[in-house]
Amino acid sequence: MSSPSTRLAHIGCGAGFAGDRPDAAIALVAALAERYGPRYLFFELLAERTLAEAQLRRLDDPDLGYATHLFAFLEPILASCLTHGIPIITNGGAANPVAAARRLRRELESQGLEAKIACVLGDDLGDALDGTVATADWLPADCPRDEIVSCNVYIGAEAVADALREGANIVIGGRLADPSMVVGALRHAHGWAADDWQRLAVATAAGHLLECGTQVTGGYFADAGRKAIPDPAHLGCPIAEVGSDASLVITKTPGSGGCVTEQTVKEQLLYEVHDPSAYLTPDVTLDLSRASLETLGPDRVAVHGIQGHPAPATLKGNLGLRGLWFGEAGISYAGPGAVERARLAMDILRQRLDDRLPHLQPHFDLIGVASLFNDGGGEWLADRLQDTPAVEDVRLRLGIVDRDREAVEQALQELEALYLNGPAGGGGVRRQLGESLRTRSFLIARDRVTPFVAWQ
Amino acid sequence: MKPDVLLADFAHARAGDKGNTLNVAVFAFERRHYAWLEQYLSAETVATRFGHRHPHKVTRHCLPQLDGINFVIEGALEGGVNQSATLDRHGKSLSYLLLGMRLPAPDD
Repeated sequence: MSSPSTRLAHIGCGAGFAGDRPDAAIALVAALAERYGPRYLFFELLAERTLAEAQLRRLDDPDLGYATHLFAFLEPILASCLTHGIPIITNGGAANPVAAARRLRRELESQGLEAKIACVLGDDLGDALDGTVATADWLPADCPRDEIVSCNVYIGAEAVADALREGANIVIGGRLADPSMVVGALRHAHGWAADDWQRLAVATAAGHLLECGTQVTGGYFADAGRKAIPDPAHLGCPIAEVGSDASLVITKTPGSGGCVTEQTVKEQLLYEVHDPSAYLTPDVTLDLSRASLETLGPDRVAVHGIQGHPAPATLKGNLGLRGLWFGEAGISYAGPGAVERARLAMDILRQRLDDRLPHLQPHFDLIGVASLFNDGGGEWLADRLQDTPAVEDVRLRLGIVDRDREAVEQALQELEALYLNGPAGGGGVRRQLGESLRTRSFLIARDRVTPFVAWQ
Repeated sequence: MKPDVLLADFAHARAGDKGNTLNVAVFAFERRHYAWLEQYLSAETVATRFGHRHPHKVTRHCLPQLDGINFVIEGALEGGVNQSATLDRHGKSLSYLLLGMRLPAPDD
């Protein structure tokens, strides 16, 4: 238990990805406002490919390039956060934090509000690709320059902590590492040093547990009969209580749906983790190998045994690359013989594609029989079909990723042609084709990257 | 010969992705079943379960104090969110491919 002299900082996560529920943070901010001590709110809005997509939007319009729904998250809670002295931190500036800050300034003015807005910059190395800077020691050699649309490095907590120390009410960054937003807040709250590996590890664990929002409060979790959760339509946002003694408790917005249990916390603790003894972040090497949990009360779980080791010598970066197209189409069969008719449709389509577009690698699923677990070679599907599945509502799905957009389009057309040319009773064709941005990671020496704060 | 049981009745799991690497962390519902989980859920049995995805490496990290095991399954996502043509490019559903395994029943 924390001693009476321990000071608690309270950090809430209002969103765990760009498509999260925009209304959930309102109750979270109300809950944070009721608490004493340093309080922070953060929104995690980036994924591996989101930045490349944002960069494409910025190329179209220099005033865009931040997370599409950033202001749907911010607008409802700005006034309350400013009134109660709750700084807001987000990486939703994505490819254009400065443009996000400019729009935020207009938004604040329209609400009659004033705030100190800090942009955290320096993650975007796109300008380094113009040939004037040496890149041979970090840029993957086999990525065609004309396919690169974004180049960003995961940066750590330092500039976030700097901005907060200088009085920022709102900190907007781009490729801030997800947990680093929390590390920056806690370094500000408790004055922790940049090389205090043990405490930074606890802060990183807090950030890691919170960064996917409701995934630690009952989201991505429910399984009727095995793992039931209360009121799943109104999942509460998570809150971390982190003491100056580096104690860590996970809880959530009071009165909300969902739950915080040892089960929800342990699932999230290992989420997207490979070696639990060496989870690499820009701030610290987090060691979860001796982590343990303790239930303190309803929706209150303490995390113990977090260990920290020095931060890695290099930072991770991501290139966003163009050049691939992703097409999908489907047609459904129901009633007697549905599986056999869908299977016949698949065989016909495979033959047509083999004849006309032999350079493509089509992926076939029979949704209802085998899809999510299926593989490109169709081994899983073939195995399922041997059991003659007793389903009467099956959808043939075609998926193709290729550089040849026109060929992908023709393949989708071949599926649609099954309306007239395929087995009896095929219906519900839908097709979509879009650019499939991909990423390529690289490592870069720390001294090649200089994060900094710019005031807007 | 012990009867088989469905892993999903004894454990819960969550899947995560990074590039073409999948991780599935699986946890015993009851602490007393952790040793059983560790005994029967080897890297080899998991590699076999995911065999049709042709992973090139499966690593097992045991976390007994969390009653759980983290499996890192490399090359199992058909290229991953970047270039897969699958329906579930992230492999988010694949925790249930693991939980669908049948194992010899635990002693208690």
